[in-house]
Amino acid sequence: MSLGRRNFIKLLGSASGLALAGCASQGSTPAAAPAVAAGSAAEIMPKTGRRVVVVGGGYGGTIAAKYIRMLDPSIEVVLVERNDHFVSCPFSNLYIAGIIKDLSPLTIHYDKLVANHGIKFLQADVTAVDAAAHTIVTSKGRLKYDRLVLSPGVDFRLEEMQGYDAAAMELMPHAWKAGPQSTLLRNQLQAMKDGGTVVITVPLAPYRCPPGPYERTSLIANYLKQHKPKSKVIVLDANPGITSKGPLFTKGWKTHYEGTIDYRAAKKVTEVNAKTNTVLIEGLDEVHGDVVNVIPPQRAAAIAVQAGLVGADKRWCPVNAISFESTLHKDVHVIGDASIAGAMPKSGYSANSEAKVCATNIVALMNGKETVGLSGINTCYSYVTEHEAISVAAVYTVKDGKIVAVPNSGGVSPGDFSAAKAEAMYAHSWLKNILTEMSS
Amino acid sequence: MKHQWSRVALTVGALAVSAAASAASPDAAMLSNACAGCHGTHGGSAGPTMPSLAGQSKTAIVEAMKKFKSGERPSTIMGRLAKGYSDADFAAMGQFFSQQKFHPTSQTVDTQKAAKGAALQEKHCGRCHLDDGKDGKEDTPVMASQWLPYLQMQMQMYLDGKRKMPEKMAEKVQPLSKEELDAMLHFYASVNK
Repeated sequence: MSLGRRNFIKLLGSASGLALAGCASQGSTPAAAPAVAAGSAAEIMPKTGRRVVVVGGGYGGTIAAKYIRMLDPSIEVVLVERNDHFVSCPFSNLYIAGIIKDLSPLTIHYDKLVANHGIKFLQADVTAVDAAAHTIVTSKGRLKYDRLVLSPGVDFRLEEMQGYDAAAMELMPHAWKAGPQSTLLRNQLQAMKDGGTVVITVPLAPYRCPPGPYERTSLIANYLKQHKPKSKVIVLDANPGITSKGPLFTKGWKTHYEGTIDYRAAKKVTEVNAKTNTVLIEGLDEVHGDVVNVIPPQRAAAIAVQAGLVGADKRWCPVNAISFESTLHKDVHVIGDASIAGAMPKSGYSANSEAKVCATNIVALMNGKETVGLSGINTCYSYVTEHEAISVAAVYTVKDGKIVAVPNSGGVSPGDFSAAKAEAMYAHSWLKNILTEMSS
Repeated sequence: MKHQWSRVALTVGALAVSAAASAASPDAAMLSNACAGCHGTHGGSAGPTMPSLAGQSKTAIVEAMKKFKSGERPSTIMGRLAKGYSDADFAAMGQFFSQQKFHPTSQTVDTQKAAKGAALQEKHCGRCHLDDGKDGKEDTPVMASQWLPYLQMQMQMYLDGKRKMPEKMAEKVQPLSKEELDAMLHFYASVNK
């Protein structure tokens, strides 16, 4: 039975369609699930023993891979990641605002992590998940798993931001995935004339890193005050107010950036015009910026949508609060920004903490043991000036099947900024420790 | 006794059936691994202002956490986090970190200061901080190889009266100059097992 010419072309067609879907995964709506996905590519790394495949080499995926191997070295772990390195979003605002001179302190490589723990690393794009067949499709071939951990991060709901296509992103950077986009925004700020206007748009929560837009606003204002004092920042926030650490940011802005920051609540940007460098609020009021930073509304990364892991909101992935196993597909676990983790925010530290809970219980489940209750932490620092930072911290537990903050614990920095200089130092050690944990 | 055990087993079984998402309570590793984002895997810190917890005594960790929780020991984030845990949790974390391998930090110190500190510490601090600060017994923390910036920040809090010294320590510290104290911190930071 030879493959007829017509069938062969059909196969080719579906394969290239897949590749396209993969390329488009950076911030676009994915194509519908390709039904032939699992069948059309050759299997690679044939599975011999028990295997967990981890997709995504960021704050969640690296830690899940590492802790599974530390807890049970008899389980094979394959870490699949598109790039050969990872750039941290936390601290990238310091780079954008010229406080850190390059991205190297925010960049990790995988060689030590992989060698220290016997993790297999596959640099590839993941284009489809076939949960029924326990298989993922990558740009290098099909890969089988017993359990899958997805830590894929976020993509953008571009259908809610008219005109914000790939070309527009090169003119009006989002810089919400650290790397070239961060450099673009930094360069635009440095090239801007004194007296210019920077516009930052903030999407409705939930989005990745709740205090991130406000830290960015602070540090861009800090840069402008020092280098371009006649300039200002307009923040168009779709939310009714500052999403995180509100009173602290408000106080910091009043102290340091009065007249530089123009914060406007409940201004939802729905459209951009990259030709005129303007944004439109609810399609009506036009605001022009010399530099425009569009932070679009977000959802779980395209691969999670393709895999049918997003819930009724069509945005985020519902999971079991102990194992982080998807409530929609068996043996698929989702951690980090893409998951609905109850009270745990979409932050790097949350992803780190969730990864350990997930790893612990994947190992328990694969060994037929009882799962262990969740105990999680989030700590998150935001800089307000280059020498002052504020924080929020919390401890999490599970109650009635939901992740909740432990009552009467956690909270934000003191309102008088008495700890801000110390916290700026602690924040640097936070970064050093969390990136070291991910990369070794 | 036998009767009690079977009741426990029954309760655990019922819990497991009633809700997959409420499982058993977190164990020592689950509680402690959450700390590692700031204190390093297994408590071996890579961040100069955050202390290594690996190899500290259980008592030292439990005492520190209780004081963070009550506010007796000043902190930025630790006090807020400590409020999320019970004494039993502290005991479990203390046990976990006390069982971890000592984690030598790689840091550069001022060797002249360290040499001066070596002579001073034996006379002034060595009766509690035994064996060049390598020995952490009961509530005395392991000082050897601890991060210098962390040690300096803590010493400053002691000197400012923000953190209260144990009586014996206060007596020993009182006659020493700030330079002498700093020299000792350089010494302790330089000691690797």
